Amino acid sequence: MIKTENLYKVYGDQPEDAMAQIEQGMNPKEIRDETGSVPAVIDVNIEAKKDESFVIMGLSGSGKSTLVRCINRLVEPTKGNVYLEDSSGETVNVTTLSSDALREVRRERISMVFQEFALFPHMSVLENVVYALRIKGEQNCEKKGREMLDEVGLSGWGEVSPSELSGGMKQRVGVARAFVTNSDVVLMDEPFSALDPLIRREMQEWFLDELKHKFEFERTIFFITHDLQEALRVGDRIAIMKEGQMVQIGSPQDILQNPADEYVQAFVQDIKELAEEGDLF
Amino acid sequence: MIPTIIPDNAIGGIADAIINWLLVNAGGFFDAISYAAGVAVFSVKDFWLIIPPIVVILITAAIGWYRTKKISVAMFAMVGLYIVYNMGLWEPLMETVTLITLSVTISVAIGVPVGIIASRSNLAWNIIKPILDLMQTMHPFVYLIPVVFLFGLGMVPGLLTTIVFATPPSIRLTNLGIRQVEDQYVEAGEAFGSTTMQLLRRVEIPLAMPSILQGINQSIMLSLSMVIIASMIAAGGLGDEIMIAIQRLNIGRGIEAGLAVVVLAIVLDRISTAGQSNIT
Repeated sequence: MIKTENLYKVYGDQPEDAMAQIEQGMNPKEIRDETGSVPAVIDVNIEAKKDESFVIMGLSGSGKSTLVRCINRLVEPTKGNVYLEDSSGETVNVTTLSSDALREVRRERISMVFQEFALFPHMSVLENVVYALRIKGEQNCEKKGREMLDEVGLSGWGEVSPSELSGGMKQRVGVARAFVTNSDVVLMDEPFSALDPLIRREMQEWFLDELKHKFEFERTIFFITHDLQEALRVGDRIAIMKEGQMVQIGSPQDILQNPADEYVQAFVQDIKELAEEGDLF
Repeated sequence: MIPTIIPDNAIGGIADAIINWLLVNAGGFFDAISYAAGVAVFSVKDFWLIIPPIVVILITAAIGWYRTKKISVAMFAMVGLYIVYNMGLWEPLMETVTLITLSVTISVAIGVPVGIIASRSNLAWNIIKPILDLMQTMHPFVYLIPVVFLFGLGMVPGLLTTIVFATPPSIRLTNLGIRQVEDQYVEAGEAFGSTTMQLLRRVEIPLAMPSILQGINQSIMLSLSMVIIASMIAAGGLGDEIMIAIQRLNIGRGIEAGLAVVVLAIVLDRISTAGQSNIT
């Protein structure tokens, strides 16, 4: 389980000024013009449960990538807390961890899948998959790595270079690399956005039919996307983000039936039109 | 008339004073360096001269073929080095090779770690950069003078000036290579819990390798150009041959030594840039 509590991230040299202005209720655009600081995440409170895939949906610049990076502190939050509860029920506050403890958390409990795959080009597919195990000093990780490659449908591809794979295959490697560590939380930052539409569809189906069934139990998946259609397909719950703030959090049903404001309504309208044309599911 | 605030000779006088002070107070230190470098220079030189020339030629050709997979490189090395031998320039050639072997080894041993440090922090880079600018723009003739005072004449001061001249590109290109590693790879490395050293060793250095190798190639080429200039302080090798030819206006001798330098330069360049793009 992951919970964020009053989480803020302001980019810039003087985040304090911008923080004060946020508290006065100024909107992010005014703050940026006045202080030069950019509020990217503003007072976000979300809670994603074990065995849930929690989707954060927003347009580019809405702060969703920053938010997800605040969870494993690739981006240092300006204010607020991130709580992580592991399978044994123990809770830690990620934001206050020392760098050693944070490294432990990243190795054991939070892993990540990247939009542009970020597979290391100088390593083979198998070496990429076992990277996280290897830096922990785990012996005989090759066997685990090969089993993981079997799971994602890439048996026998371990020795080739990632550059020889197609986009969809690359992201399967990215997923294998994140899942091999048995982490409690997997952060997926627009994992299918860089793929062309047909492959994206295929990967979404793979995610739903195989990956979720095999791995989701005991895990929290954070799935970032800018595509509401994708969000509705893969999400158990969806959080819609705009200019750093949460607009609405709810099940796909909620979002479709009771859009919280015009912003969400606009997205939903698009989807409904597609659905009428019979193009949605 | 512009008033002169600083007295004539003040800046030069300070430099003189520093060198004099060093000579009086740290003479032993420079003697020790000189002695150690001397031992290194003469043992490496003996090593190169003890191997029969034919063996050196064949091994060089074999390395050339192995590195580039081009028969032309191997042929060039074989024919070129044989002609140098035939011109009676084998011993000067090996002296030059000695200076290059040592100066490149030391330049890279200093340059790559310093480059890594420079890439880690902007503060470090802002301190190192002006020093490199000074090292590279100050003409080598100028720092030959204090080197003679501190270390005398011969191969040892030749080696030391060459190191000063050849180290900057290793530092610069190592720094550049690591800074150019794409953020996504660094981010991925961090997201999976790499320590700083693991990130450096497993991700950043391997991805910066093409740039680092280019820096080493530059260090080799600059070493070669400097060991020729260092013949002005009797560094020996092919440079001395060229120097003698200049002093005696002996065209033939000069051309022969010059060609030997060209052969060495091409062989070293082809071997050290093997596997990289030919565009640069």
